[in-house]
Amino acid sequence: MTVGLFIPCYVNQFYPGAAIATLQLLEKLGVNVAFPPNQTCCGQPMANSGFEHLTQGCNDLIIKDFAKYDYIVCPSGSCVLHIKEHIHSEKEPVKAASVSHKIYELVEFLTDVLKVENLNAHFPYKVGVHQSCHGQRGLKLSQMTELVEPDFSKPLQLLNMVKELEIIPLDRKDECCGFGGTFCVAEEAVSVKMGKDRIADHVSHGAEYITGADMSCLMHMEGILRRQGSKTKVVHIAEILNAEKV
Amino acid sequence: MQNSRDRILAAVAANKPDLLPLPEIPVFSPETEDASFILQKFHATATTIGSKIFMVKDFEEIKAMVSEQFREGRIVTTIPELADIAETDLKTIPDPHTLENIELLIMRALFGVAENSAVWVTEDLMQQRAAPFICQHLAVVLNAADIVPTMHEAYERIGSADYGFATFIAGPSKTADIEQSLVLGAHGPRSMTLFVLE
Amino acid sequence: MSTQTKDHAELAEIFNKDEARVNWHDETLWWVRQKRDKAAHQIPEWELLRETASQIKNNVLSNLNNYLVQFEAQAKANGVTVHWAANAEEHNQIVHSLLTKHGIDRMVKSKSMLTEECHLNEYLSQHGIEVIDSDLGERIVQLADEPPSHIVLPCIHKKKEEIGELFHKHLGTPKGNADPQFLTETARQHLRETFLTRKAALTGVNFAIAETGEFVVCTNEGNADMGAHLADIHIASMGIEKIIPQRKHLSVFLRLLTRSATGQPITTYSSHFKKPRSGQEMHLILVDNQRTVQLGRKDFRNSLKCIRCAACMNTCPVYRRSGGHSYHTAIAGPIGSILAPNLDMRKFADLPFASTLCGSCSNVCPVKINIHEQLYKWRQVLVKEGYVGTTKKLGMQAMTLTLSSPGFFKTAGKVGRFVMKYAPFAVSNPLNPWYKQREMPAPPKESFGEWYQKNRNHAK
Repeated sequence: MTVGLFIPCYVNQFYPGAAIATLQLLEKLGVNVAFPPNQTCCGQPMANSGFEHLTQGCNDLIIKDFAKYDYIVCPSGSCVLHIKEHIHSEKEPVKAASVSHKIYELVEFLTDVLKVENLNAHFPYKVGVHQSCHGQRGLKLSQMTELVEPDFSKPLQLLNMVKELEIIPLDRKDECCGFGGTFCVAEEAVSVKMGKDRIADHVSHGAEYITGADMSCLMHMEGILRRQGSKTKVVHIAEILNAEKV
Repeated sequence: MQNSRDRILAAVAANKPDLLPLPEIPVFSPETEDASFILQKFHATATTIGSKIFMVKDFEEIKAMVSEQFREGRIVTTIPELADIAETDLKTIPDPHTLENIELLIMRALFGVAENSAVWVTEDLMQQRAAPFICQHLAVVLNAADIVPTMHEAYERIGSADYGFATFIAGPSKTADIEQSLVLGAHGPRSMTLFVLE
Repeated sequence: MSTQTKDHAELAEIFNKDEARVNWHDETLWWVRQKRDKAAHQIPEWELLRETASQIKNNVLSNLNNYLVQFEAQAKANGVTVHWAANAEEHNQIVHSLLTKHGIDRMVKSKSMLTEECHLNEYLSQHGIEVIDSDLGERIVQLADEPPSHIVLPCIHKKKEEIGELFHKHLGTPKGNADPQFLTETARQHLRETFLTRKAALTGVNFAIAETGEFVVCTNEGNADMGAHLADIHIASMGIEKIIPQRKHLSVFLRLLTRSATGQPITTYSSHFKKPRSGQEMHLILVDNQRTVQLGRKDFRNSLKCIRCAACMNTCPVYRRSGGHSYHTAIAGPIGSILAPNLDMRKFADLPFASTLCGSCSNVCPVKINIHEQLYKWRQVLVKEGYVGTTKKLGMQAMTLTLSSPGFFKTAGKVGRFVMKYAPFAVSNPLNPWYKQREMPAPPKESFGEWYQKNRNHAK
């Protein structure tokens, strides 16, 4: 099995640690991982701003880079959801559909495809889990509080395998952080207020780290935490799952 | 030139999607068919939504309780059995505005619904449409046997009955418009009492 | 109210100047959302109920003209006069002419979002007719000369002290008294006088039954009934999409409506109006006002399934922190943001962007409208139709060019990183909205691509 690793553009540029952890974690689990060097972006920033019609170049590039792999794995629920729902190609419809089917967000790839049951991971901190909306409500990584359905959580399933990690409870376990792509600048006031409120929930419950499966939400919250001079940090879930005892 | 009616209907016909089937309402098996459980549920729900609920054996018991609680003010009923404690001429009143000073109205309901403690009253039971809304306090009498589990059984029971006006009433008139603070007695009755005849 | 010149983001920024108030607004509505959750979780078949309601509404939209004709025939047979209004103006004219015919210049009105959409009160007031809104929350915003900020809780943006002040000014209550119990009692006395003296009452309609010609109005206060049963003429206004096929379908909708709205198992009153009271006239106005246009928009037609419960507003993290008035339209929040562009794309082009697309709205919707997907689709339509600013367009084109060509991306990355230039969160400029209240991500020593080149690529 060869997995094509899709690293979101901003993660590549700003959060290489999350990308490295994703790669190392997959390799540790015996997966053969390839990283096509020509990749750029899923096209979501344009599409969510109403410019989906300009994203064909991104679609074509993804198809060209990734259609050949057995699976495509990406450490961002938001990018995965976007590709899953919107990738299309008039020239290569079959390949476009195959990309849509075989792309997985990292967490769901670990729980659903690799069916990971234990991890050699160690993270002795109090951690708050941020449910990023596109991963949760879009990819259904966890049950949503709005629905009258049985509870489950794929991120928690994995985090529970990490030694000495303590999950803190939250008052609002799946409220949006307010990042929202270009929303974060177009609606700056509300975006920041949402972020502050999310952070306050984590901090008041003693979180030393806020983690999640989407770096964009974490980047937004990190921006506010650092401005506040808070001691609480953000960390991508891959970095926790890949953290070994030193 | 077409009138608005024809234009609207033509626009709907032109723009509507292809016909989609009307689903059957699934059979939601109620938690239980057990009458005492249903009554218990009705009782509990009524209390939660601010109604007062009393189990009574007969009309004598109702009369005693009413006389105990309502010592003054105009009491009106549409129930012949309560004629000796209340006015019963609601039907003959020509102008509903004169109902304005009713302190207590006592009327019958056809049935109650356990899941929300609403009672179903039709125009002939209220005699005046305004009556159950304009009175300061409302009391409703229903039989314990006439309580259905959910709204599905309720509408089954209503069937194709004809009425000019009918309503489900669940509790006293209320509002929480000011900072979500619940206040009983918005425009209608300040209290709702349910007398359940065993 | 000159809110039209400001868009949602600007109005939301003004709302956010008072953070304590935002917290209060958010907490109040979150509490309503929690009550909704509790009520829904008491019904094991909740999701199946939603699905059934959704399918009934799908059927209604696909057969609406026939249901409307059936409804009209039944209502007429019941003695109700049925009117048709193509737009807001015709609706307002019909109401006005009915009042004029009876020589009535004062009317009492219970909650009807449709009349807000049609700006009926302004119209009638310009024609010398006084309208008093009888829902407590609506009366409060009417006294404040504001529109409702929420379709179920019209004055949820107002603090009790402000309401106390309004009542002091308009209804003569003692200054400084802000006790909800006392204020409600005052409104009760004031509005009881109104109910007793108005000869015309207008109500909204929650559901209209094609099979029987009756219509159902749900209130907690009893204000629709107080108005309608005491007036000589009852006018009910409804959008054409409020039809449901059969009486028994009410069981599905009445189970869902109030649980979704406030967490109550049902409203205090669910009144079924079928025939006029003896001696009374009952009129029903069926209003289009571009609903038929929305019906023709394949991607957006199912917004017409809405039963106006407001669950999407209560759950919306943006609505809770920006307030209903920031949407500058009669129906605020997520559902309003997919309905309003149908009425006026230019005026409401900002609303589909006033969302993070988190999707909570679609999950609470009792008729399963895919609200957040429609917000996304409206964005595409609004850009294509040219309602989005040119600067944004140029930026997007540059971004697209770079992101779809790997060579350009890497070059740009090397010169201070492309993303620095285009990603909104990364522009190192104090005027950048990201930087106003957030630090920028610290630039790492190397990108993942560079790291990979050094650490893995040789092995391949």
